[in-house]
Amino acid sequence: MPSITKPLIPLAPLPTNDLGLTIRDYEGAMSTLCAGCGHDSITAAIVQAFWELSMPPRDIAKLSGIGCSSKTPTYFIRGAHGFNSAHGRMAAIATGAAAANRELTLLGVSGDGDSLSIGIGHLAHAIRRNVKMVYVIENNGVYGLTKGQLSASADIGTRPKKGEANVIAPIDPIMLGLSMGATFLARSFSGDKEQLVPILKAAVAHNGFALIDVISPCVTFNDHEGSTKSYRFVREHEVKEVVTDYVPVREEITATVGGRGSRTVTMHDGSVLTFRATPEGYDPTNRLSVEAYIRDHQRHGEVVTGLLYLDESGSSMHEVNHTPTHALAKIPVDQLCPGSAVLDDLMSDFR
Amino acid sequence: MTIDAAREVRVNDFAIKLANVNGTGSASANGLLMQAIFRMGIPVSGKNLFPSNIQGLPTWYEIRVNGDGHTARSLEYDLMVAMNAQTYGEDIGSVRSGGYVLYDDSWPLDAALLRPDVTLLGVPFAKMCLENFAKPRERILMKNIAYAGTIVALLGIDADLVAGLLAETFARNEALRESNQKALRLGYDYAVEHFDCPLPFRVAPMDKTSDHILIDGNTAAALGALYAGATVAGWYPITPATAVMDNFTKLCATYRRRTVEGEDGSISVENDYCIIQAEDEIAAIGIVLGGGWAGARSFTSTSGPGVSLMNELLGLAYYTEIPVVLFNVQRTGPSTGMPTRTQQADILLCAYASHGDTKHILLFPADPKETFEFAVESFDLAEHFQTPVFMLMDLDIGMNDWVVPRLRWDDTRTFDRGPVLTDEDLAGMKEFFRYANANADHVAARTLPGSDSKGAYFIRGSGHDAFGRYTERPDEYQEVVDRLKAKHAAAAAYVPAPVIQRRDGARVGLVTLGSCDLAVREATDLLAERGVAADYLRVRGFPFAPEIREFIESHDHCFVIEQNRDGQLRSLLALEAGVPLTSMTSALFYGGFPLSAGQVVDAVLENLEA
Repeated sequence: MPSITKPLIPLAPLPTNDLGLTIRDYEGAMSTLCAGCGHDSITAAIVQAFWELSMPPRDIAKLSGIGCSSKTPTYFIRGAHGFNSAHGRMAAIATGAAAANRELTLLGVSGDGDSLSIGIGHLAHAIRRNVKMVYVIENNGVYGLTKGQLSASADIGTRPKKGEANVIAPIDPIMLGLSMGATFLARSFSGDKEQLVPILKAAVAHNGFALIDVISPCVTFNDHEGSTKSYRFVREHEVKEVVTDYVPVREEITATVGGRGSRTVTMHDGSVLTFRATPEGYDPTNRLSVEAYIRDHQRHGEVVTGLLYLDESGSSMHEVNHTPTHALAKIPVDQLCPGSAVLDDLMSDFR
Repeated sequence: MTIDAAREVRVNDFAIKLANVNGTGSASANGLLMQAIFRMGIPVSGKNLFPSNIQGLPTWYEIRVNGDGHTARSLEYDLMVAMNAQTYGEDIGSVRSGGYVLYDDSWPLDAALLRPDVTLLGVPFAKMCLENFAKPRERILMKNIAYAGTIVALLGIDADLVAGLLAETFARNEALRESNQKALRLGYDYAVEHFDCPLPFRVAPMDKTSDHILIDGNTAAALGALYAGATVAGWYPITPATAVMDNFTKLCATYRRRTVEGEDGSISVENDYCIIQAEDEIAAIGIVLGGGWAGARSFTSTSGPGVSLMNELLGLAYYTEIPVVLFNVQRTGPSTGMPTRTQQADILLCAYASHGDTKHILLFPADPKETFEFAVESFDLAEHFQTPVFMLMDLDIGMNDWVVPRLRWDDTRTFDRGPVLTDEDLAGMKEFFRYANANADHVAARTLPGSDSKGAYFIRGSGHDAFGRYTERPDEYQEVVDRLKAKHAAAAAYVPAPVIQRRDGARVGLVTLGSCDLAVREATDLLAERGVAADYLRVRGFPFAPEIREFIESHDHCFVIEQNRDGQLRSLLALEAGVPLTSMTSALFYGGFPLSAGQVVDAVLENLEA
């Protein structure tokens, strides 16, 4: 059961973050996913990233839809407030939660079925509204909980464990995001915590909707020969030319790794992203060149990973709506009610 | 009624019907007439019977004037204002014997349409406007004001008052003001010169509306949401509910917008609200769930097709116990149905919205005043019971202007936010579990996201136990859904009590709801004149108060009068109030137009005689 609590095994004192919390404080219940599931590695990266950010767990709201990926919020940050919602609807519910309380750090966890089929409309519109949240797609190309049907992200030619090979073109969430005007787009691999942790941290700092597509092999239904979402395939075909360092605002920038195509982008909160060793002609702030680069590699069967696109100039949903910096939910209701004098006065408009 | 009797003088007791082409600007002229009668202190109603179309199709407007306050729709038209040649046949045919028809005689009327028992009043409106106005658009628009001028003369409406209303409306546009006044005068003068004004049925000033207002239900709903302190709204455009959010947006821009000065002296605005036009109704209700979970008073407005789409997440809100307020301005179903026609056919849909065992709280306002009051109440109920609350309005309430007592606000009123734990509360607790320690109303205290980690929990639509933990165990699952059932039942003591009006010796009971109110109450008067004493009960909330069962059981004949095909209120009463289905007789009116007393009387008498 997903509510199984982890046994507390006394260990040597663990390092603490700025809040005096150990990494254990950012963990959750024991995972009930299959052994070796890519999603558990993503859970570990999330735990690591939020611990390193010293984010108070109470300020975090973790939301998910339905599916294997959507079970994972129980497995991390037990002190955060969680919402396991309905299939495909997480983006809409997160939008409402964001509207009510912008002081929360929203972390949405979804899957390829949840985000690219039943919930693609909500995802597209959350991107369009630029709701400030981190949105992780744990992308394995299959429906795991219903036992292995291909999803909308399955590549042409992908063969499910049972049945015919896929003949329908996949939906790539990064391409979707580029066309929808997304402001933060990254792709990573569940097996690469080193890459994923800084991307997650940058996503938290981003002033808007941060979409992270994480290829996460399904060991039970989609890790076989013929799958393009298997550990082996991704390891053999991953292109990691876009390399990013995330430096939080409070840390002094001591060194910048220069080199080919190196450039920095200052985030909304003052933290700095350095794109280093990026390939020539690749500009992470230029939609067209990003698209061309990804497409070019896709043609050769390659998967480009990294923080691929960033636009820090956009306005978030709250900025567009001119809401106050504090949570709407915290304004006392009697303060919001205009009272009898206003109503009496208003009545003359209805005479 | 003989023609002679029909031509006797009748003051403040008549109905007129105006036939127009939609999209030609007739609505403002018709509204002007109704407003003028209202300002003369006379009870009046206006029913807009309009097509689901932007321009070119037939549309009607009915005005009923009744000094006794019987302003439900009347089907006895004393005057037909036939301004649409497409529907002359139907319109002239629908005037009562002895009535009048006002038409545009710029063109001759087909002799086949003439009726010996009806007086025709021809006015060359088109010709008049052609001669007096230069712009083509103005010639069309001013024809409306010109016929309004004629009606002012025919009905004895205070012409200065009407001129004053036009001046108010066009205070900022001198050219338009001049044209309108001119058109009004043209129509008025022609009538005075050519006809015996006023007609036998006419208005005379009264003092019955000075403490009243003229307001539609969608505006009242928006005012209710404003006064309840709602800050988050998710919605998707749909007739006839769109104006709820249009009005809420306007009100918020006035009463929830503050100017703030930045540290650098710059001035900017801050909005204490966030209204999101969603991609569909699924997202709209999703936004409301997210907002309600995070502690903001959140709502959506929609109609039947939207509720159908929202079913999935309404079940999630019910099972996870999230406050949600939903305004359903009902229209005619099923499917797209007739979007601009009224009905009360979403009662069962809303009572049991979503799959699995669900039951919701429903409120049934009768008019815009109750809509305002119940709207405020709905937010309290939603938070008190941590569950969806449906405001079941309809198109008649939502989109028509009603004369109702002024809305009032009591500044000593407090808001019921339901049990919510603060950090201090949590500090004093050993452990927090979401659904544990329910109160007498079977509601457990919740925490809001952002509160101390001790109060953090994982809310889920999957099976959970009384502690909020995932479960697949029968006993643990049942414990929670049984509590939800008890919680719903507890709401019976909180929803507005039924309105009951009794008559001496009544053995017949008329049970109804919502916008049927005026027609059914008038019907009890008419039935009394016919020797049938009938008691009246109007259901105002679900779950049902015990008085409703007592009322039905204490009458030999109980009629349930509602606007749907299947007798949904009657079925719900049988299912949930514990009264046998056979103890109630349905009187059903579901063609899509507001109810009139005559229809109710006919249905009741026909049944009693049989």
